[in-house]
Amino acid sequence: MAQVTMIVNGKAASGTVEGRTLLSSFLRETLDLTGTHVGCDTSQCGACVVHVDGVAVKSCTMLAAEADGADVATIEGQAAPDGTLNTIQQAFQDHHGLQCGFCTPGMVMTTAALLKDNPKPSEQEIRVHLEGNICRCTGYHNIIKAIYAASGQDVAALGAD
Amino acid sequence: MYNFEFEKPSSIADAVAALGGDEAQALGGGQTLIPTLKQRLASPTTLVSLSNIPEMQGICTGDDGALCIGGSTTHGAVASGAGAYLGLAALAGHIGDPAVRNRGTIGGSLANNDPSACYPAAALASGATLVTNTREIAADDYFLGMFETALEEGEIVTEVRFPIPEVSHYEKFVQPASRFALVGVMVAKFADGVRVAITGASEEGVFRWAEAEAALSANFSSDALDGLTLDADNMIGDLHGSKEYRAHLCGVIAKRAVAKAA
Amino acid sequence: MPKDGEIKSGIGASSKRREDVRFLTGNGNYTDDINIRGQAYVFFLRSDIAHGTLNSVDTSAAAAMPGVVQIFTGADFEAVGGIPCGWLVTDKHGEPMQEPKHPVLAHGKVRHVGEPIAAVVADSLEQARDAAEAIEVDSSELPAVINMKDAFKEGATKVHDDLTSNLCYDWGFVEENKGAVDEAFKNAHHVTTLELVNNRLVANPMEPRVAIGDYARSDEQHTLYTTSQNPHVIRLLMGAFVLGIPEHKLRVISPDVGGGFGTKIFHYQEEAFCTFAAKACNRPVKWTSSRSEAFMSDAHGRDHVTTIQLALDKDNNFTALRTDTLANMGAYLSTFASSVPTWLHGTLMAGNYKTPLIYVNVKAMFTNTVPVDAYRGAGRPEATYQIERVIDMAARELGADPVALRRQNYVTEFPYATPVAVEYDTGDYHATMDKLEEIGDFTGFEARRKESEAKGKWRGLGINNYIEACGIAPSNLVGQLGARAGLYDAATVRVNATGSISVMVGAHSHGQGHETAFPQVVADMIGIDESQIDIVHGDTSKIPFGMGTYGSRSLAVCGSAMVRATEKIIAKAKKIAAHLLEASDTDIELKDGMFSVAGTDKSVAWGDVTLAAYVPHNYPLEEIEPGLEETAFYDPSNFTYPAGAYACEVEVDPDTGKVTIERFSAADDFGNVINPMIVSGQVHGGIAQGVGQALLEGCSYDEESGQLLTGSYMDYAMPRADDLPFYSVDHSCQTPCTHNPLGVKGCGEAGAIGSPPSVVNAVIDALHSGGKEVAHIDMPLTPDRVWNAINNA
Repeated sequence: MAQVTMIVNGKAASGTVEGRTLLSSFLRETLDLTGTHVGCDTSQCGACVVHVDGVAVKSCTMLAAEADGADVATIEGQAAPDGTLNTIQQAFQDHHGLQCGFCTPGMVMTTAALLKDNPKPSEQEIRVHLEGNICRCTGYHNIIKAIYAASGQDVAALGAD
Repeated sequence: MYNFEFEKPSSIADAVAALGGDEAQALGGGQTLIPTLKQRLASPTTLVSLSNIPEMQGICTGDDGALCIGGSTTHGAVASGAGAYLGLAALAGHIGDPAVRNRGTIGGSLANNDPSACYPAAALASGATLVTNTREIAADDYFLGMFETALEEGEIVTEVRFPIPEVSHYEKFVQPASRFALVGVMVAKFADGVRVAITGASEEGVFRWAEAEAALSANFSSDALDGLTLDADNMIGDLHGSKEYRAHLCGVIAKRAVAKAA
Repeated sequence: MPKDGEIKSGIGASSKRREDVRFLTGNGNYTDDINIRGQAYVFFLRSDIAHGTLNSVDTSAAAAMPGVVQIFTGADFEAVGGIPCGWLVTDKHGEPMQEPKHPVLAHGKVRHVGEPIAAVVADSLEQARDAAEAIEVDSSELPAVINMKDAFKEGATKVHDDLTSNLCYDWGFVEENKGAVDEAFKNAHHVTTLELVNNRLVANPMEPRVAIGDYARSDEQHTLYTTSQNPHVIRLLMGAFVLGIPEHKLRVISPDVGGGFGTKIFHYQEEAFCTFAAKACNRPVKWTSSRSEAFMSDAHGRDHVTTIQLALDKDNNFTALRTDTLANMGAYLSTFASSVPTWLHGTLMAGNYKTPLIYVNVKAMFTNTVPVDAYRGAGRPEATYQIERVIDMAARELGADPVALRRQNYVTEFPYATPVAVEYDTGDYHATMDKLEEIGDFTGFEARRKESEAKGKWRGLGINNYIEACGIAPSNLVGQLGARAGLYDAATVRVNATGSISVMVGAHSHGQGHETAFPQVVADMIGIDESQIDIVHGDTSKIPFGMGTYGSRSLAVCGSAMVRATEKIIAKAKKIAAHLLEASDTDIELKDGMFSVAGTDKSVAWGDVTLAAYVPHNYPLEEIEPGLEETAFYDPSNFTYPAGAYACEVEVDPDTGKVTIERFSAADDFGNVINPMIVSGQVHGGIAQGVGQALLEGCSYDEESGQLLTGSYMDYAMPRADDLPFYSVDHSCQTPCTHNPLGVKGCGEAGAIGSPPSVVNAVIDALHSGGKEVAHIDMPLTPDRVWNAINNA
């Protein structure tokens, strides 16, 4: 067992972990940040995506011990303290980019990483960037629209109703 | 997962020492190893993380002009930082998905030598040199078959040196579920000839296609591959593609790689 | 009718989903997010062989492992019931189906890879798993029967020793019509025959299943938290048939559920186990499925092998249709498994066409595979796929235009009684096809085909119609057909003193947006703001009763119950208003939240009436009770029949066989629409699953060993964003349902039902445009399969 300390959503957080404790388990079980979800065990579905030191990672495929000392951002830290949704979250609601909500935290965190690197992505760039995020509900149609809108581009240009 | 001790040394020497322990195993980015551990298919007593070793990080140009990439450099860092070798940067930029690329490392991928991974094709087609904590291994001597390499117990890939070809391209036809290569072909044209390496297809892992290399060395155009075929017998046959299909795809994808080489 | 977006609130408005806020901020409350003080964890030791005799299961070493609370095996469950099947199918000889016992934990034999053999309850999940590895299972492997045709053969290995064969039932429908159908085939001008496979699928909601059992000794109360689409159904099945717990001592809670698609309808062993073990161990017991576990324990879908024949006269009129299907049940009968290939499939075999004679034969087979049950569409995609593929094939054989051949044979007069025992109330199939031709830009297709050709690609256009039956009912009819439950639903409308409303509904929302759409209906009826109304669902202790959400039934059935309860509320409120306004209640009108006396300027607001109901100082106490709460149960008089026309355009890369979807259009008739945004979203998701079935997804077993070859996302191809295009969807063709109060039909499954045939039809068309005379390729149309078809043409 080892002690790990990290900054999570801007606040110091620490806990005792085993070598095998995954970052996703640490977030969900030790810190009770259950917004990060686990949908597969082969590092493919992306429901568990969080940011570690500013980049998107699959928290189910990273040891908590590897994140010792890191700055971690999760879905719980995305909205303003008063609950106001951020631009990406608001775009997902406006464009019905979610249904059951299970993949949504990973989608939002992946989108945030995309827009940081590529502020005005094309439809195709968005689709390719979502390779590691599986949604079973929406058929991606409205997710693509939401991301495009969140980037400040005119959704009408996509030619999708 | 079975439990294990976790160590995170900050130098190659310390990492090698830690790996000398009983049942110790190196952890690169963990994008393959951690899913394997979840299935309880491996049971190391100690996992030695290579993620905090500055001398294994980063990209530079060697005295001989080769592109030198630290073994713990992530795919994402190669994609954005290997501008001197565009074919390699593009290959790295299409491994897995963005989150996987932020963790997975070149050394980890090459040490694992998954028969469908992308990097082995790049190393082999480039005639790369794999530098370990003890020696340098030519790519032609390194890949020994599916998940098998020339690495000894406890030996780690600290750096990979890629000679930079005049033109190159890696073309991947993905297996629809895993998105690994069903067939991936790396073509690299050097002043002294063309090298062609294929991943995903063979039961013996990544391999060079000698006939294609000879034809392309004589005439670097996709037409040069017309009529060349690979024996289906040695190909992987599974629910995603028969042996014959993979053998056929090798030709098609190789031509596309040549056509796109830049 | 108004365009999408023109209506700002109430029925017809694209109200944004209120549930999104909690999902977008990480505040959803999914079952795995729940942890109960003192909980233990269970790990199931599952069979790694497909078929075998269990000689012994020795848990002694495992029991001594650190953290182990208790270990259970099949012997511990001998005294409890098996997992029940909810539908008794009677075969063509009038005999009941063969119904094997489905134990909570395997006892004596294992019958599929993944069947639970033992369950270890421990302080932590890893400890449970460590101990499970120390359990010594002595088993003798038996030959596995995987392929249905093999299972049907004389002398085949039997999945269940105590059954006469692997045949669950041999169902004929309508048996009395068989002779006439055969005669019509003899007299046919042309007969098209097609053998096809409806590929086995895994539903794969992104949230894996979870169950937590809890037990309070103080009041002998069991609580089960579970990822279910229908908590009351679980309470009924598990309480009455498996564990013998009366309803008042069993509470089932399904909080936020991360998608269902059918596979979370069923009652599973893990639910019964956690409920049982919580009492036995005197600790809450939690199980969280891994994705790998889900592949071998969630009920699978589809898996039919069919021969369909279509007879036509010299004028291309359909004269008869007959179909023979082998339907895979897997190793045991899951909750609704038996009804899927029969009543949900056979009754839809008329499609959108006036084929006068139809005969359906279904042989349901037991095999050494995971149980198969309903998956989005359930029986109706299987029917649609056959019909729409065989029509396309007939058109090609006859040189007929596939649109014209369909149009010529449409049902055009309603109500229409089909030869397969159902009555379509409304529809306009020409209208949806007209709309499809418009949004799919059929006239531009040839130009697009040439553009593709110039790039070395082959382009194809495929179309199909579909019809589905939603809201299966009425209960007395389904009871005659073998259902062991009623198929009504219920709602309670509780109006609070200040006028806000809680509606307790039996439907369960796991992505469908009920929390947003249902209030739109009530808001419209009363004339108050949607935000004043909340929906409560997913807890048997809070809602009156409910059969849950599946089969696109929620709005048509539960929504109708909600309307009926709201009507009762309004009737009572009018009486109160009449008293306050000193008028007759027959003169009271309700509009925009105001009660007024017709023809006068006297009025009283909604909130004043509701307050009067709870503070009845000035109130007709001698005539009506205080309070304002009403419940209604609604049992529909018929199914609803959504229908539509779909078109897909593909490009095929002849060198690799890879298919890309270039264009997808869907024109649906869902009757009236409450929230167009949500309806479009449902269609998008359905299409993605249908395209997934057509191109990507296929659950595969090794036919010798019975090992599951597609046991994770490494081998089971889930559709991803770059596999799919934008979809053009339209639901402006609306022929309202005539027999429910909202005139709604249901939209949840349409996309999954309507899309596979058009994709396959498009690929076949593309291959023909490339000069390859390929008649058929079985789904999924992977690059390997398409390339092989091209090569062998």
